[in-house]
Amino acid sequence: MKRFATLAAILFMLVLPALAQDWIRTGTGVGGEKIRIAVPDFSANADPQAAPLNKTFNAVLFNDLSEAGIFDVVSKSFYPLSPIGGPADVHFDVWTAPPPNAAMLAFGSLGVNAGNLQVQGWLFDVKNAQNPQVLAKQYRESATDDNARLIAHRFADEIIFRLGGGITGIAETKLYFVSSRSGHKEVWAMDYDGAAQHAITHLSSISLAPRVSPDNSRVAFASFYKGGPNIAMWSLDLGRLLNFPSFGGTTLSPAWSSDGARLAFSSSRSGDPEIYTCDQNGNNLKRLTAYHGPDVSPVWNPRTNAQIAWVSGRTGLPQIYVMDSDGNNVQRLTDQGYAVSPSWSPNGQFLAFAWVRHYGPGAPGASDIYIMDVASHQWVQLTHDGGRNDFPSWSPDGRHLVYQSTRSGTEQVWTMLADGSQQTQLTFTGSNSQPNWSWK
Amino acid sequence: MEDQLNRSKLKWTLMVLAFAAIVVVGGCKKKEVPPAPPAAPPPPQPKATLSVSPESIDRGGAATLTWSTQDATTVSIEGIGTVQPGGSQSVSPTTSTTYRLTAQGPGGNADATARLTVVQPPPPPPPAKAPEVTDEQLFSQNVKDIYFDYDRYDLRADDQAVVDADAAFLKAHTAIKFTIEGHCDERGSTDYNLALGDNRANAARAALLKAGVSADQIKVISFGKEKPFCSESTEACWQQNRRDHFVFGQK
Repeated sequence: MKRFATLAAILFMLVLPALAQDWIRTGTGVGGEKIRIAVPDFSANADPQAAPLNKTFNAVLFNDLSEAGIFDVVSKSFYPLSPIGGPADVHFDVWTAPPPNAAMLAFGSLGVNAGNLQVQGWLFDVKNAQNPQVLAKQYRESATDDNARLIAHRFADEIIFRLGGGITGIAETKLYFVSSRSGHKEVWAMDYDGAAQHAITHLSSISLAPRVSPDNSRVAFASFYKGGPNIAMWSLDLGRLLNFPSFGGTTLSPAWSSDGARLAFSSSRSGDPEIYTCDQNGNNLKRLTAYHGPDVSPVWNPRTNAQIAWVSGRTGLPQIYVMDSDGNNVQRLTDQGYAVSPSWSPNGQFLAFAWVRHYGPGAPGASDIYIMDVASHQWVQLTHDGGRNDFPSWSPDGRHLVYQSTRSGTEQVWTMLADGSQQTQLTFTGSNSQPNWSWK
Repeated sequence: MEDQLNRSKLKWTLMVLAFAAIVVVGGCKKKEVPPAPPAAPPPPQPKATLSVSPESIDRGGAATLTWSTQDATTVSIEGIGTVQPGGSQSVSPTTSTTYRLTAQGPGGNADATARLTVVQPPPPPPPAKAPEVTDEQLFSQNVKDIYFDYDRYDLRADDQAVVDADAAFLKAHTAIKFTIEGHCDERGSTDYNLALGDNRANAARAALLKAGVSADQIKVISFGKEKPFCSESTEACWQQNRRDHFVFGQK
């Protein structure tokens, strides 16, 4: 009971900033009312390519809005049967009355003409019949399934931006992760919804903890491909490794500052794993820590780049710490258990991390994902009793987390809203781990 | 008077001899056509047989060559030489051999062959040489891995004796270069375990250096939980994986 009271208090604490910051209200879904939106299937023209592309488009758009975390998407079974292809087909009273009971309506048409895919989309505030149009967009790309998917993501992001407090949606973001499905741990990428999974590296070695640069041009990761683990830098533009200095020892977990100028990482080049920073090309090395024992997994406060959170075993089991990015003002955030893998929220307010709170012989501890308010050290548990959960990474809108979990029996990549709801498995083949959400 | 008589006898003798010489010498110069020989029957073609018994022997064994010829004046066997027109001989070749007998006679030649197959026995075991122990074998026999408690990288008391024994061997074999691999069990996080494995490998390195082993001999690498020795989720298995593994050589 006491535990429940604590949790309720913390949830309340999380709701408070919602008054000032729209994203946390919508992100946690606690206390705030989600916008009820209806998304009837777009109407397709007679071109034989149009029907299959429209099927992709409708499924992706519906999923994007459902996953956004700010909508209560009306089930399609509640929709009127008459198709909608344009504003003239909208009957406001049908949509505002039960059962749809919608506040917003996203609709439009899709056509294929001479190999080009053309989509017209509208967003209507159906409760404002006098002046309903919130958004009208038109898209044109070559007629491929990928482009139907892309246009759906773009339209979804427009809607989310308009209705989600001016925060850009994540429908066009990517996830980078480690997959062993080729037989080696390689860096892979996929769309945020699990589509288009593909290998980035083919190093036939062990590659770990990829992190994409803020401009989406490079992926930094740790790899054994030259012997001991060292930082490898992959150019997504060139499709090959870039030169990057070898720091020696066990060097791993590179993390970008949000301006892309510097990297923080762990290296045992001195004989003991310590936290360092360097610039994006590996120059201007600075050592930040000096305690004996493991120091790993640094991440920058993306809002200021003035603080670094990391994991230290200086007192025994690993705990989450925070320091200034010059190494001063070290603070310990977690008070017990086994706490690793911090990820700093885009607004700088929260750390997500993996925690076995009650670690010890016989203790029924599981590794779960938690988020902690950095200022108050208050925390909330997001996953419960479902395998080993680790490596959370925030989405750029701060509403989602991607993480790895063994709850399905093998290590796989999952996403959820930042309040722990809508947990969704994205990978199913081989072992997939250490996901990282792109910055945009 | 008698002297004159003797002289006349000599004169007559010389004359006779001279005449005779003229007759003989002149007769020699003259081409004398011999009379055609009588049409004799042609000499018969020689015949030859050659056999070997047995036809197959093990290497080192012997076989008997037996031959006979007819109407031959010269008989030879390749590899043996000239032999009697008929006979037998023991042979002991080391590889399969085809014997060829050639019989030459007034009526021509005759050949006969016989093949003796020599079965190669399996090669005898190589002579037992003195066992040669490589540095790598010595290393694996003498240098033992050390094990750690959960989430710890300090050496346990029971590991100190192992490290001392490892150090004694390594100090006596300064040419040996080796790698200390730090390993962790599957629990805990990937990155943290790589750092922990690094601390474990460096803990062994520090202990070996303290015991007098040269730093030139040692390389360290951490594999974290990436290369487990044992893949079950049991404490026995986890203990196997929480170790410093000593590997001969440096990659």
